[in-house]
Amino acid sequence: MSSFSLGKIFLFATIFLASISNAFCNQENDSLSSLEKKAYDPVPDIMHHISDSHEWHFWGEGESAVTLSLPIILWTDNGLVGPFLSSKFHHNDNGQIVVIVDGHSLVKIHDKIYELNQGQKTAVFDESHHIKNGILPLDFSITKNVACMLIAFFLLLLFFIISGIKAKNNKTAPSGLLSFLEPLVLFVRDDIVKPNIGKNYKKYLPYLLTLFFFILMNNLLGLIPGSANVTGNIAITLVLSFITLIVTNFSGNKSYWGHIFNPPGVPLALMPIMIPIEIVGIFTKPFALMIRLFANITAGHIIVLSLVSLIFMAQSGLGDIAAWSLSPVAVVFVLFMDLIEVLVAFLQAYIFTLLTSLFIGLATVEEH
Amino acid sequence: MDSMQLVTPAIGLMFWTVLIFVLLVLVLKKFAWKPILNAVDERNNSITEALSSAKKAKAEMEQLSADNEKILNQARIERDSIIKEARAIKESTISEAKSKASLEAEKIILSAKEQISNEKMKAMIELKNEIADISIQMAEKIIKLELKDVKSQKKLIEQTLKNQMN
Repeated sequence: MSSFSLGKIFLFATIFLASISNAFCNQENDSLSSLEKKAYDPVPDIMHHISDSHEWHFWGEGESAVTLSLPIILWTDNGLVGPFLSSKFHHNDNGQIVVIVDGHSLVKIHDKIYELNQGQKTAVFDESHHIKNGILPLDFSITKNVACMLIAFFLLLLFFIISGIKAKNNKTAPSGLLSFLEPLVLFVRDDIVKPNIGKNYKKYLPYLLTLFFFILMNNLLGLIPGSANVTGNIAITLVLSFITLIVTNFSGNKSYWGHIFNPPGVPLALMPIMIPIEIVGIFTKPFALMIRLFANITAGHIIVLSLVSLIFMAQSGLGDIAAWSLSPVAVVFVLFMDLIEVLVAFLQAYIFTLLTSLFIGLATVEEH
Repeated sequence: MDSMQLVTPAIGLMFWTVLIFVLLVLVLKKFAWKPILNAVDERNNSITEALSSAKKAKAEMEQLSADNEKILNQARIERDSIIKEARAIKESTISEAKSKASLEAEKIILSAKEQISNEKMKAMIELKNEIADISIQMAEKIIKLELKDVKSQKKLIEQTLKNQMN
């Protein structure tokens, strides 16, 4: 029953993605109508789908696009600007529309908000399409990724606070939501954290549990068609791995730092080589974490989108019949990929938490 | 250029991620992880306690049944010894009674014999006396008859004496 409905969801997802891509495809064709018909290039659409955005786009193009406007908050030289809704730009993304907020002239180009220099009325571009008369203020907008992350935040709060209340009041066997989440919590505690950190594991448990479920929830939400690519965004994986870096090094004991600045059994002559290597090693571990999560999730999204794009590439290159006959194949492949992505969602959450636990365990291990 | 954008972290997104994640850790730590893990630990403890108490109860039961067996065995041994004793007492009583009875019987027989002999003697004496009396009476009568003369008197005396002497 559940697998059937899951399959339905993915089928729906595929159709949904297809419809979005179709819209882009049409736009592309319209803009190229004066030129001869070229093969459909899926890269811009895919890039658009996996990138962050100031508006949550569902379907449609131009003024008919169905989007969720998100609040834009900027930090300029003169302080905070906004929040104001991204709908002020009327879905314009090439700097044509100038929005004036609190005396700041703002334009949106490739999902970046530029502030025009004092007195400038329109954006001026150079030959390589870079803006000449604007600067980038710090952008603290609630973007699509932030919004999706907030949804994950509230879902996690909802699920786990309900479970927490249930656990507090009910001292017998768990039931309902708790009986689903408790084994996951215990899996993280008993199979990830405990074996890797050892006897001091309790101190790190809240952080690592939150880390696991935060990544898992965002991975899974990212699989819903139309949602954001949160854990496939380098800024988010950077923050998560940076927290790993901080936690690991702040819990590092004498033995840990001793291995870095005075590697045991290394001849004195090799010290000038070994110490820099060890110091670089501090950063490569979380760096690998950052790249691993980002690359896995982004790659999964790119593969799914590419498989959907196959239909439209066939349509533009070979015609409608080819597109129709190819679509069942593409749908099956996308379904397969989506199921793998569910596995990857769990796997990457597991690996990130496992490796973080391992690094903490290595930093806190007693000298033997 | 687009691909470079993919690996360029946005400051705002990082800010919100830090905020959301730290908030999530703090809130979930208090309202989720603590109660859930406490409940699990409590349940674990109660299960181990229940198991150990069950084990204890089982051991107690075993001890109890062993004790019972011991008591039963002791009772059996005691019973056997009591029976044995009783049997011995019975036998000894019987033999004693037997010996006593035979002794008594012997005594009775002895005294009876004695009595008989006594009675016999008495009877003999009585009989002798009686006979003597009778004899005297007879003698008197005879004498009265015979001793009408002196001669016959003499003769009788002599005869009687002769008889008596014999």
